[in-house]
Amino acid sequence: MAKQKGNSEERYNLPDERGHFGQYGGIFVAETLMGPIQELNAAYSACMQDQAFLDELDEQLRQYVGRPSPLYFAERWSRKLGGAKIYLKREDLNHTGAHKVNNTVGQALLAKHMGKTRIIAETGAGQHGVASATVAARLGLECVVYMGEEDIQRQAINVFRMKLLGAKVVPVTSGSKTLKDALNEAMRDWVTNIDNTFYIIGTVAGPHPYPAMVRDFQAIIGREARQQIQSQEGRLPDALVACVGGGSNAIGLFYPFIDDKSVTMYGVEAAGEGIATGHHAAPLCAGKPGVLHGNRTYLMEDQDGQIIPTHSISAGLDYPGVGPEHAWLKDSGRAQYVSVTDEEALQAFHDLTRIEGIIPALESSHALAYATKLAPTMDKEQIIIVNLSGRGDKDIHTVANIEGISL
Amino acid sequence: MSRIADRFAALRQQGRKALIPYITAGDPGPAVTVPLMHAMVKAGADILELGVPFSDPMAEGPVIQRAMERALEHHVSLSDVMQMVATFRQQDNETPVLLMGYLNPVEVMGYAKFATMAAESGVDGVLLVDIPPEEAEDLLAVLKAQQLDMVFLVSPTTDDQRIQRIAAAGSGFIYYVSLKGVTGAGHLDTAEVEDRVSRIKRFSDLPVAVGFGIKDAESAARVAKTADAVVVGSALVKKVEEKNGAADKLETAISALLQEIRHGIDAV
Repeated sequence: MAKQKGNSEERYNLPDERGHFGQYGGIFVAETLMGPIQELNAAYSACMQDQAFLDELDEQLRQYVGRPSPLYFAERWSRKLGGAKIYLKREDLNHTGAHKVNNTVGQALLAKHMGKTRIIAETGAGQHGVASATVAARLGLECVVYMGEEDIQRQAINVFRMKLLGAKVVPVTSGSKTLKDALNEAMRDWVTNIDNTFYIIGTVAGPHPYPAMVRDFQAIIGREARQQIQSQEGRLPDALVACVGGGSNAIGLFYPFIDDKSVTMYGVEAAGEGIATGHHAAPLCAGKPGVLHGNRTYLMEDQDGQIIPTHSISAGLDYPGVGPEHAWLKDSGRAQYVSVTDEEALQAFHDLTRIEGIIPALESSHALAYATKLAPTMDKEQIIIVNLSGRGDKDIHTVANIEGISL
Repeated sequence: MSRIADRFAALRQQGRKALIPYITAGDPGPAVTVPLMHAMVKAGADILELGVPFSDPMAEGPVIQRAMERALEHHVSLSDVMQMVATFRQQDNETPVLLMGYLNPVEVMGYAKFATMAAESGVDGVLLVDIPPEEAEDLLAVLKAQQLDMVFLVSPTTDDQRIQRIAAAGSGFIYYVSLKGVTGAGHLDTAEVEDRVSRIKRFSDLPVAVGFGIKDAESAARVAKTADAVVVGSALVKKVEEKNGAADKLETAISALLQEIRHGIDAV
């Protein structure tokens, strides 16, 4: 997507035509998927050049999703932390309660243009599943959502929402029974039903063009934030903070700022019980490069190249890989990747709820937790934008459970 | 010439088609694999395809997924699998062995180390499901340096242009996946297979093997009419699962099924 910046420096324009971000990304799939992926890539490229498609997308984002989402100055919280001014990009206020819908609206529109009648999706926390079921209901498409058995337990409310929306939720019992296994199962469905099926991947992972496509659909977050902060503060922010599981909300916020070298970007991974314990989901902070789910990126893997189990309090961050563009941004030094523990995220969850009256998703609470560390190190004139990627209603049971409260 | 090319050349002279059984290495335990490899050769296998366990086998149906999970319970690694081939080679220096798996264990080991170890162990070729020729340049170079074949898949969705690219990149043989879907799926459309195999042969002199959906003598015979080789995987792995734990019964069951399929192919 075109960016509004007129300097002579070389502009960021990754991935290349084969989907590579440096050594990361690419297309690593079984041969049967190569044809459908080429078809998808062609349709996607055509649609992004097609003004009628872009207008339709824009209209849906306004009328159905409720965009633009506000950029809210968390004044009381900022004052308490005693440092930089913290702005929250309120993706929690989108229809369905998270940033995920930006992407599903885009991909479903693409599916319709390609004449596909059936949508499949994988989901971890259930937000992407709900967002997929939502757009499928609206377009009258059949929808099947793959979800790890363990996540189905953790996210019962979202499972029921998907069913209400008419989707079929298929429990995945293979492997670790979480998001990565749901992705495997969705890939298996796709390879079997490629003639009528569109696979809506929920994050910036998967084979090319998914990482670029999902980024482009999510980049509305950063484009709005960039404009909003300029009109509200008259300048660009000093730092951006977003949680990173697969990394779609983070890349959505970061991407329109990549050429703004004065803006520091922090991606926050889930340290779970602590990086040192091994029970975490922080491939960028503690993993190694490898190939999984169609692309080369940082992974949580053992010395034999097997993918290892991850842990996070938040199902949406519980993924052993990460979008290849984040791998590139890390290696190139353009973005910093840090991690916060379950406990720190939980504390931030409570803080924002009590101080600002906003119940954040546990995923987003990781970004908030890092902001509580970062803000006091900056001065009062400086600005941080935190992506509040989703609301916490879905996590109420998890939090109650942890705190020994039965609802 | 590689063992794989030699084997196909010999079979062609005899007017026979190749039988390629697949098992997952280390399933249900590491000790079973080498004796089972010998038993399969005795039962009529021409080339052995040995699955390297991977935690996220995206192209496999439930039968082979479970086989990989069983092997991984014993932490069977890529180097363990190559060690099994080395042991197999102590008694059989003729039968070609193809490793089948996913890219990540090879990535983590490092391409050069993998190629060296594979050649030293007596591996003849490798088929990695999730690396298309577009991404395989570096790997192909190191495999070639060790005279190892790299086998690529062609599927029902592969167009002519890609068939040519795959034919140019690969060696040993071309593996035609007979259906859209994962391993172990049901339906086999013989007419389409016939059409596809002859299309591949228009662009390549490499032998064409057909796999996915072949489970008995009858389906093998139908495929053998047009293909140079028949791959049988899930049907065998299912036997492994059924006889879980009992090594002798396992060998008997696998041998019986292979012999039956062998007869089916030879009757063509």
